[in-house]
Parts: sequence; C-alpha cells; structure tokens
Amino acid sequence: MGDVSAGRVMDRAQTDYMAQVRAKRVMNLILVVIFIALMIAGFQTADSRNAGGFWNGLPNVFDFPGDVVGEAIERAHLLPGYLWEYLPSLIETINIAAASTLIGAIIGLVISLMVTRGLAPVPLLVGPLRRCLDILRAVPEIVIALVLIFLLGGGPVPAMIAIALHTIGALGKLFSEVNENASLKPVEGLESVGANWTQRMWFGVIPQVAPNYLSYALLRFEINIRASAILGFVGAGGIGYDLRNTMSWGQGKFDEAAAIFLLLFAAIVVVDQISSYFRDRLTHGATNVELHR
Amino acid sequence: MNALSLEAQSMALFRRKRLFAFAVPAAILAYFAYIFVAFDIAGLAQRASIDNARALVADTYSYKTHVTRDNRSGEVTVAIEGERKGRYAAGTGPDWVELGDQTVIDLGGGHVVTFGPQVTYDIPGYGIIVTEPGSGGVNAVLPDGDLPEWINASKNRLTVTTDAGRLTVTRNRSEVFRYAIGWELFFFTLDSPYHGMGIGELMTRAFGGEAGAIWQDFWTNTMWRHGDVAWAIVETILMAFLGTFGAALVALPLAFLAARNFTPLGSLRFAVRRVFDFLRGVDGLIWTIVLSRAFGPGPLTGSLAILLTDTGSFGKMFSEALENVDGKQIEGVASTGAKPLQRYRFGVIPQITPVLLSQVLYFLESNTRSATIIGAITGGGIGLLLTQAIITQKDWEEVTYYIVLIVIMVMLMDTFSGWLRTKLIKGDEGGH
Repeated sequence: MGDVSAGRVMDRAQTDYMAQVRAKRVMNLILVVIFIALMIAGFQTADSRNAGGFWNGLPNVFDFPGDVVGEAIERAHLLPGYLWEYLPSLIETINIAAASTLIGAIIGLVISLMVTRGLAPVPLLVGPLRRCLDILRAVPEIVIALVLIFLLGGGPVPAMIAIALHTIGALGKLFSEVNENASLKPVEGLESVGANWTQRMWFGVIPQVAPNYLSYALLRFEINIRASAILGFVGAGGIGYDLRNTMSWGQGKFDEAAAIFLLLFAAIVVVDQISSYFRDRLTHGATNVELHR
Repeated sequence: MNALSLEAQSMALFRRKRLFAFAVPAAILAYFAYIFVAFDIAGLAQRASIDNARALVADTYSYKTHVTRDNRSGEVTVAIEGERKGRYAAGTGPDWVELGDQTVIDLGGGHVVTFGPQVTYDIPGYGIIVTEPGSGGVNAVLPDGDLPEWINASKNRLTVTTDAGRLTVTRNRSEVFRYAIGWELFFFTLDSPYHGMGIGELMTRAFGGEAGAIWQDFWTNTMWRHGDVAWAIVETILMAFLGTFGAALVALPLAFLAARNFTPLGSLRFAVRRVFDFLRGVDGLIWTIVLSRAFGPGPLTGSLAILLTDTGSFGKMFSEALENVDGKQIEGVASTGAKPLQRYRFGVIPQITPVLLSQVLYFLESNTRSATIIGAITGGGIGLLLTQAIITQKDWEEVTYYIVLIVIMVMLMDTFSGWLRTKLIKGDEGGH
C-alpha cells in the first residue's frame, strides 16, 4: 500500500519535473528566437541606414588595407624614416594617456575613499558624490574633448582633461568597490591612537588595497592609450591627428599611414603585454596573501 | 634566527619602505613637471578663448532673437537665433517688437531701439545714440563724454553691447540681439499652429482628436529635429547591441579552439590566440577607418568595427573562462553516454554562461559609449549629430541637449544591463 502511493508520488514528481523542464526549454527557445530576430532585424536596419550596403561593400573590404600595404611595400625603404618621424607623436599620445591615468587615479583614489561607507569622512556626501562619478563615467571622452578643443584650442591638453575626467569616474567606482572589501580593523586601531582621517586612510586602508588599485590603474592605462589615439583623430594632437592627416590628404601618403598604423599597433600590443604581466603579478600576489590568511 | 639579524633585516625593510615612500611621489611630481613643459600648459592661457567660453555658457541656457533691418530696402525681419527656420512670418513678431514705419524694439529695463531711416538706441543712464546709416557711413552721433568700452564706433560700423542686448549698425544692415532664458522653439516651431500654447490647451486639443497633428509638429520640429535625434540614439544603441552580441557569437566557438583543455593541438591554439591579439591590438579606431572605406559611413560600419575589436577581447576572456571549467561536470555528463556536442551543451555551457553573460553585458554598457565615439568618426548615430553641432560653433544649446541625451542613454543602458545581469545570472543559478 505504502509502496504504491510512494510510486505514485514519484510518478507525479517526475511528470512535474518533466513539465518544468519543458516549460524552461520553451522559455529558452522563445528567448533565443527573440534574440535572433532582434539580431537580424538590427542588422538589416543598420544595413539600410548605412551609406554603402554590406553586400556591396564586402568585396572591397581589403581594397584600402591592400592599398596601404601596397604603397608601404613599394616604398619600404622610407618606412624606418617615417617610424622615426612619427615617434614624437606616439610619445605624445602615450603621455596623454599616462598623465590622464595618473591624474584620474589620484583624484579617483581620494573620491573613492569619500564614497565608501564606513570610510567616508562626510557620510552625507556619499550619495551625491556617487552620482557625480556616474555622470563622469557616462559622458564619453569625445564630448568633453570636443567642447574643450573649442575653448582651449587644439593640442594635447583637452584630450588629457577629457580622459582624466572619465578615468576619475571609472577608477573612482572600481576603487570604492575594492575599499569595501578592506578590513576596518587597522582603521579602528589608528583611530584609537588619535589618527586623523588622512592618516587613517594613508596608513590603514591604502596598504591593503594598493595592489588592486595598481592593477585597475594599469588596465585603465591600456584603455586610455586607445582613447587618446581616437581623440587625436578628432583634433586633440598625438598620433591620431597625424593618422587623419596622412589619410585624408590621401594620394601618396598611405605609406606614412602604414607607418603610423604600425606604431600604434606596436604601442598598444606592448603596453597590453607589459600591463598584463604586472597585473598578473599583482593579483597573483594578492591571491597568495589571501591563501595565507 | 638571532635577534640581531632580525633587527638588521627589519631596519633594512624600513629603510627601503621609507625610500619608496619618498621616491614614488617624487617620480610622479617629476613626471607632471615634464608634462607641464611638454604640453605647454603655461601657454594655455593665451590659447584659451574666454569669448568662446562666454558664448558657450550663455548659449546653453539662453537664446537670442535677431531683429534685422535691411537699410537699403527698409525691410525688417525677426528671427530666433537668426536662422531661417526660426523666422517670424513677415509683419509679425514677438510682443516686444512694434513693427511699422518706425520699428520700436523694447529690450527691457528701459533700453529701447528704434529702426527707421534713423536708428536710435536709448540707453538709461547714458543717453541716446542716433545713427543715420547711408552711403556716407553710419554717421553715429553719441552723447558727449568719453567713449565707454562697450561701444565700438567707427565710420562704417557701430557696435553697442549692453546687458539688455546688442546693437550692430553698418551701412547696409542694422541688427539687434535680445537674449532670453530657455531653449526656444524646443517643442514647436513658429510655423506650427501649436506654438505658444500652454500644456493645458495642448492636452485639450490632443483629446479633441489633434493628438496626431500635435505629435507630428513636435516630431518634425526643424529646429531641434526630435525625430532625427531619436533615430540617432536608436542607431547608437543598435551599433552597441549588434557589435557586442555579434562579437560574442563569433568569439564563442573560436574560444574553444584557443582553450588548452579543448584544443590539444598547440599550433592551432597558438594561431587562434594570435588572431585574437591582432583583433584587439588593431583597435576600434583603425577598424573603423578601414571598414568605413568599404562600407561607407553609417551604423553598420560602427557595428562591424565594434564586432571585430570585441571578438578579440571576448575570445581571450572566453578562452580563459573555458580553461577554468570544472572537468568533473563534463565527466559526469560523459558517463551517461553523451556525445561530444551534448557534453559541451550540458557539461560546459551551463558552467560558463553566467561568467560569459556578465562579461558580455559589461561590454554592452561600455560599448554604448564607444558607439557614440565611433559614430563621431564614422558618421552615424548621436555622435555624428554631436560633432556636427559642435563644428558649427554656435548651436551650443543643441550640444547641451545632445550631451544630456547621451548621459541619460548611457545611464539607462547601465541600469538595463545591470538589471539583466542579475536577472539572467540568478535565473541560471536557480535552474541548476
């Protein structure tokens, strides 16, 4: 008797389970269908609003790279000269990225401490400052850069300010997430011996979080190099500016464009490699510490 | 370990730390000093344009109405921002302009300008300026005394700038600007019958069956182009969406080829990884330039540029995630007699979906910003509208409007993707 009812319960459980699985599968299928439909519709919309169509343009994809590579090979003997000629622009681009990352990291650090609950010197300011960080992160660099170019004239400074502002927003948020995981015990200890806020932060929090900060700042530096090249393209100096000039004057300057492509590519790859090596070491060290605890 | 060596060790450690604590700030300072010289920050003050800043700030929250008289034909036109699109129909104007043989323009605060054969400007506390523009010049007669710095008078040109407005008289043209707070014509242009109506009256008319017409007039507003702006935002989001998810779809199968535990063949793995590195290293900027030569400007070019760059990033991240999957789950699925494809589907995919989805959604957020920037370069979406508005160097109210829209768009996408992330990832965990 008991066996029979137990079997019935099992049966019911199985049919229920199968029904649930089916329902879930149907839901997933519907989601996938909607997603595919969105992708196709989106692609068609984008295609119809583009100046040249996708299928018309597809055969020409390699024309421009082909021209550039062709001219570069034709005048390969000039290439080392061009690389040397455009090196100062590359250094300017890297300087824009480095300076803005430094400024952004320093200001972001201070703000991140002010928006972390438990560490904030003025708890009332936490909310408004967080909104400020959100806004700084939301505004694309190009917006600030273009406005500043109008005000300050062309050159590296508008790009530096624009990228630094964005970096404050991005790093401020990431740093404050790191701060939330910091132990408050050293801070309390320092407070008990009468340390002021700056001292508590500098000696109690920063040593705990410095490796993570550095790792995030390095990642940001990678991103900022790309951003500074793009801003150069809209008139803010550096190698992006030269790239636009060599390309828009066209006709016979593609060999120079090729040299710039090479420089930019090399810079991005080298910085990526260096930064990922150090980040790996920093986070690796951090995990070791965690394991020892 | 004896106490002496321990002490020596710790002293050495302290010395090193002290040196470090001094060297790092010193190095940063030295670098900033170098930047100060390299970027010529000292010379910035000369290059900076205070006038531009003033025009920009004033334009973001106010607008000006131009009243212009052609001194040869005597014709007077009134136009907002001096644009054809904002011109009042002939013989009409705002209530502070009295049109007639003698046009009287009340600039407020007692400042009155009259246009006629003679152009006069009555400035309280200073006196009346009378000019008689003609072939001999503007013939300005100014009150006695020194010329104040806000008046600029020469034989052929007179410019008076006061808090109330600005008057410019040349031989051929007399023009007055009057400034007012707000974004004029934001909802309806002057040729629309709904211009100047209150919200109450508009609602009554909308319910009275004119909702379509009202919407039409708002949507096709030639000054602010709300319809075009909405399309531009859709295009920008579309670029981010297509680029991000397209990249994820392309990168997923390739990531299996780059993961050590799924592709034993070392050379293939190496090749796929180098492809990822190349896609990432050639940056969105260069992809955008290359692709726009083939496909022309527009959202498709932007999507493909994002797609290519992010395929590299996703490929790298996905393959790292795949190398970290737990082999036990795959073994378990294999022990039930599952074929390779089923092993992937039920042993691998459920493990990595949450990680992958959250990464993809993070990228969707940041790509909304990238799409704005790429749009500015390749000519699509809100980025293009923004650069166009900035290049004209006078439509700062539109620039402000676009910036506000971009910030709202990015924040909404942040919220949306954050919501989706918690929703999808939680839902997935529930299913295990």
